[in-house]
Amino acid sequence: MKNSLRGLFRYPSAVVGLITVLLLVSTAAYAMITIPYQEAIRLWRGGEEVWYQNPKFASPAWINYFSDKKYSESFSARTSDGSIPKEVTPASEGASTMSAVYAFDFNADYYPQEMIVYLTSTFDEKQPFVSMEWLTPDGRTIRIANIAISQNQTYRFAQDEKLRTRLRTENVIASLFSDPETGELLKGRYQLMISGATFEPESTIDAEFVFHGQVYGLAGTDQARRDLIVPLLWGAPIALMFGLIASLGSSVLTLIIAAVGSWYGGWLDELIQRITEINLVLPFLSILIMIGTFYSRSIWVMLGATVALSIFTGAIKSFRSIFLQVKESMYIEAARAYGASGPRIVFSYLIPRMIPLLIPGLVSSVPAFVFLEASLAVLGLGDPVLPTWGKIIEDANANGALYRGYYYWILEPAILLMITGLGFAMLGFALDRIFNPRLRDA
Amino acid sequence: MSVPTSPAVGSLPVKKATRDSTLLRVSKYIAVRILTLFATVVIGVYLTIMIANMGGFVDTIMKGQIRDRVTQGIIASPSAQTMEPEVRQKLIQDTIAKEEERMGLNVPIAVRNARYLYNALTLDLGRAINMTSDSGSKQVRLILLERLPATLLLMGISQLFLFFSSIFLALNLSRRYGNFWDKLVITLSPTSAVPPWFYGIFLILIFAALLKVLPFGGMVSAPPPDNPLDYSLSLLQHLTLPALSLILSSFFLSIYNYRTFFLIYSSEDYVEMAKAKGLASRDVERRYILRPTLPNIITNFALLIITLWSGATITETVFLWPGLGRTIFQAIGLYDLPIIVGSTIIYAYMLAMTVFLLDFIYSLVDPRVKVGS
Repeated sequence: MKNSLRGLFRYPSAVVGLITVLLLVSTAAYAMITIPYQEAIRLWRGGEEVWYQNPKFASPAWINYFSDKKYSESFSARTSDGSIPKEVTPASEGASTMSAVYAFDFNADYYPQEMIVYLTSTFDEKQPFVSMEWLTPDGRTIRIANIAISQNQTYRFAQDEKLRTRLRTENVIASLFSDPETGELLKGRYQLMISGATFEPESTIDAEFVFHGQVYGLAGTDQARRDLIVPLLWGAPIALMFGLIASLGSSVLTLIIAAVGSWYGGWLDELIQRITEINLVLPFLSILIMIGTFYSRSIWVMLGATVALSIFTGAIKSFRSIFLQVKESMYIEAARAYGASGPRIVFSYLIPRMIPLLIPGLVSSVPAFVFLEASLAVLGLGDPVLPTWGKIIEDANANGALYRGYYYWILEPAILLMITGLGFAMLGFALDRIFNPRLRDA
Repeated sequence: MSVPTSPAVGSLPVKKATRDSTLLRVSKYIAVRILTLFATVVIGVYLTIMIANMGGFVDTIMKGQIRDRVTQGIIASPSAQTMEPEVRQKLIQDTIAKEEERMGLNVPIAVRNARYLYNALTLDLGRAINMTSDSGSKQVRLILLERLPATLLLMGISQLFLFFSSIFLALNLSRRYGNFWDKLVITLSPTSAVPPWFYGIFLILIFAALLKVLPFGGMVSAPPPDNPLDYSLSLLQHLTLPALSLILSSFFLSIYNYRTFFLIYSSEDYVEMAKAKGLASRDVERRYILRPTLPNIITNFALLIITLWSGATITETVFLWPGLGRTIFQAIGLYDLPIIVGSTIIYAYMLAMTVFLLDFIYSLVDPRVKVGS
């Protein structure tokens, strides 16, 4: 065993594979620690109320490094946590005025998608009043809106008809970020001034400014504004869990059944062989699709079905033929002579003998199961609750990501899946050559 | 594509009668073999039928759908507006009963399963429940036959290319193993851990989305060209990416497997002997390496022919290729039991026949193998 491990380091592909697998495991651990399960589900299943700050279909921010023309990054700021400074000045008769100025640098080469101000206020009877102004880098001041606000008021720049008429333009956002003389995009420091007036002693106004650019965060967003980093991170533990449990479960059960069958022989062996032949007739993928469509898409049901259908396969025949040889060897005869029981021989003498053969097969079959889970998701049969890599690809496909040019959306999960598959395959391949010396020279 | 190391596919322990004539031995073997294979097919298909209606679960869904559709339809029809409520209710109930009878939902599930099984085994594939062929027929046979050419074209081209090219290249590599190309194939063989549809996505991204030289999916451009030459060109264009992704995903592993397999056989003593005699390497390969590996190669080829039938469900779905695999997927989504059972029974029969015939083919190509011994 020790020699085998040392042998592993002689194969560069094994080292690369091992590092990949370790990286994946640590990513999975990181994901599970930083975003607890319940939180991940809440984020993944969350709608507008969770993700309103993000634009739809935003590419990841790092694509700016690869392009000469810069995309604008999304951000949001609010008075409640002080990221927009707010000043409240009391006036007579319980009334007060409030003013908040948010300044930001705009250096992108494309106009943002949308800007929204969320206003929240508390009052009993008299609605507070808010007016907003837009200060451009060349010193112009543009009046945006004067509105009496309710408790939760949303103001969308691009959808304000009055502003559109006042600016004499179809595209409000483009107009706000342009030089009026040339009509070209104007870079520099922009300011949004929000001033409000309240008419009751306890009345307050808070504002949140949401800026939807073209790019967002490390991974971008999807059609439901969700930050893709959540499913990308959480896809790792789910993929590893599915792949490892399925391959471990099916190969260990296959081994045990083959050992029992070849040791006891007779009708038991015959039965196992017949079940194997019947299993060859069953349409594997169709059955999984049927279970997913008719019964349940839960990942545990799928996992169980996958393992059950993967036990009685060709592997049982090759294990059996080796067990039949091993059964005749001297050490088994010795065990029999001292009176070892059947189960003892099977579990302490037959099965341990096969572990060197089992391990490479086990590691090599992980990618097939990882991709199976992704395949089911791409067919629309992924677990409805869990954020997985396959689900991202399914969403992307359903929204025509390749057709509409949202390449990041497919590439990110695809590359992660590919790395996982290749990592395990390379490791398994090298292990196969180490444990099976017949292949070593070849 | 894996290379089975043992040529005996499920040989049966038929007691060897010492004085039996060859004829008796062979016919006894054939009888037992046919019986067991038939039993296997029956059980396999029955299990599929059981799963395909989930122990009555699908019936509940289908009855609900019928009730919904019939009720909506009758309430929406103008003539029903003027009816008395009792009359309308009776009309709804009668229509539901008729519809359930048409789909065979009025008989107990065990009877229905037995009927499905009998019809399937006699290859009476019956009529689909919801799907129709493009020509408008509900016959399962016609629906499957209509999709067969698309699957045969895609799978046939890719699998046959894979089979012959990997044997040819593997022979070349085994002749000079350890050189650059050999090492390249070994290094690249883990790429086969990635399934074909996955390569498909990358190929679509590169050739359809970025370079815009090949179509995203489908089988011919719309509207289909009238001119046969243009038609085949359009077909070829649409075929390239799915076929390429099927080939890419097994190419290197397939070469690697055959190469390792040939290497094991070329280290046999009789090969060394033949080389020592000074035979040309072509002759050594043909007579001493390929000949004993023939049973395995034939097995692989036979199994390949069967996989042509089942199609590549996910690859066909990703490329919107109108083949059998995608049809099965659609049939499952529409709870179309007859189509699922129809495709399963054909696959099962093909597999059983192949397994049966392989025993005889082995004894033809390998004089050491005797049928039934």
